[in-house]
Amino acid sequence: MNATIALYLAQDGIINGAIYALLGVTLVLVFAVTRVIFVPQGEFVAWGALTLAALDAGSVPGTAWLLVVMGIAATVLDTLRQSKTITLHAIGGMVVKDIALPVLLLLAVQAIAPGKPALWISVLLTLALIIPMGPLVYRLAFQPLADATVLTLFIAAIGVHFALIGLGLVFFGAEGFRTTPFIAETFRVGVLAIKGQSLAVLGVTAMLLAGLYLFFERTMLGKALRATAVNRLGARLVGIPVRSTGRIAFALAAAIGALSGMLIGSLTTIYYDSGFLIGLKGFVAAIAAGLASYPLTVMAALGVGLLEAFSAFFASAFKEVIVFSIIIPLLIWRSLKAPHSDEEEE
Amino acid sequence: MNLPMLDIDRLSVSYGKVEAVREVSLRMQPGTIVTVIGANGAGKTTLLNAIMGVLPAPGAARFEGRDVSGDEVEARVGAGLCLVPEKRELFTTMSVEDNLRLGAYRLGSGAISEGLETVFARFPRLKERRAQLAGTLSGGERQMLAMGRALMGKPRLLMLDEPSLGLAPRIVKDIFHIIMELRASGVSILLVEQNARAALQVADYAYVMEIGSITMEGRAEDLAADPRVIESYLGLGGHT
Repeated sequence: MNATIALYLAQDGIINGAIYALLGVTLVLVFAVTRVIFVPQGEFVAWGALTLAALDAGSVPGTAWLLVVMGIAATVLDTLRQSKTITLHAIGGMVVKDIALPVLLLLAVQAIAPGKPALWISVLLTLALIIPMGPLVYRLAFQPLADATVLTLFIAAIGVHFALIGLGLVFFGAEGFRTTPFIAETFRVGVLAIKGQSLAVLGVTAMLLAGLYLFFERTMLGKALRATAVNRLGARLVGIPVRSTGRIAFALAAAIGALSGMLIGSLTTIYYDSGFLIGLKGFVAAIAAGLASYPLTVMAALGVGLLEAFSAFFASAFKEVIVFSIIIPLLIWRSLKAPHSDEEEE
Repeated sequence: MNLPMLDIDRLSVSYGKVEAVREVSLRMQPGTIVTVIGANGAGKTTLLNAIMGVLPAPGAARFEGRDVSGDEVEARVGAGLCLVPEKRELFTTMSVEDNLRLGAYRLGSGAISEGLETVFARFPRLKERRAQLAGTLSGGERQMLAMGRALMGKPRLLMLDEPSLGLAPRIVKDIFHIIMELRASGVSILLVEQNARAALQVADYAYVMEIGSITMEGRAEDLAADPRVIESYLGLGGHT
């Protein structure tokens, strides 16, 4: 290995690490607010990339249909669950928000997609399709279990993961896709060729992380989410609607997932099940940070990205093995360092 | 008799097969302090949690004439009920000021600055410590913060669960002083205490709770003079 190769590997590692950082931070966020270890996070990554790829190709992505179906399911289930207390007004609200809007979006996509829309329109459409799925997944799968243990929620999360993978296969097929890069140019810095898309990844990641920081430190809504994470009962007692904070956390997860997918969609081929491995590496970073610290998660994610890039060079067949194996010493180190505490403190 | 502030009718709470609160009925008039005294484990905390909606409980609960028994915690907070729990349940990794601001979460930003002023006037200590993390406060300060956070939401009925627990006698005195000031400012207070002597001194009306049921009730000064209460709760060597 020489310096040039090392530089290339480092560049690769940092780009991937940035994506893992986004996903890791999301996992920490979702876990803190809802106590759900959000295994299906990766599916939003894959769906973001595949939806963008479909729009690129001028076809209507399956996610447009799926959103309508999920909206109908959530409306029906919520109505049945609260059949005694629900008001007609509330049902009307759900019909408008969860069924009518997705149908309108579907019609819009059907009208726009065949004309191969400009990239930024496709990106916005993809976000509009994927973001609402976050809260819908929360309502369908996790809200009824909101008071369950972390383990139960984890099992539900694995179930949701398999369900979403299956849906991904139905809607996008087994074929892999690539998307158009946001920035197609390549820049030369000394010996290094830097893809424009890599800069896009870093720029968007930095902006998102800064945005999240401001959201949690400066806005009341962000503080309410933190408060829910710190003390759920305390949050309920001051009237913070913990259900909607859960939905907001899932909406953020879907948004960040979809954006990550669209960012890496041009750097690597994405299949319907590619999200899982990507998400899992974000998970390694989140675990390294104890599912608690955002800055540590970002640093650990960069570490994971670099480790992956260099092990791909030295032992490419074992690249995944190496990345996932470091979780074992990390867990041992954490369990020795952390004072023992019961899983459920409430 | 005007409409009671709070009207609890045969409320029960069970943990599995164990009935922690059995058909408790309780009424309180607006602008009064009502206390529920009783030994550790009598079910006082469970009763407050059930009134707040934290625990599911069959039985009727009317707040200012409105049936709230089917309501979620958030809706009861919205109606003007507020619980300061025994464990305070503060947002420990956030600043004192953020804790207070979140207390007025549902009221919006207008109420926040106004509420902060009122709370800081009542608890000058919190103003000194406004930038400090809630988790670094002393026991007395935590209780003040918990009460301050509750007051930020402008409750009409404040439920205090063992506000004197674990506090130094001088601070206990302060806390009870503040409780009386709050009544004077128009907040009704439902006070649960093991410190029966102090509670009966500030309260207008009192209930005695034993193993899940109300066994005695009456005007606070009458109960304070009742020989059975004196023997069980106020006697020598009792809590002070």
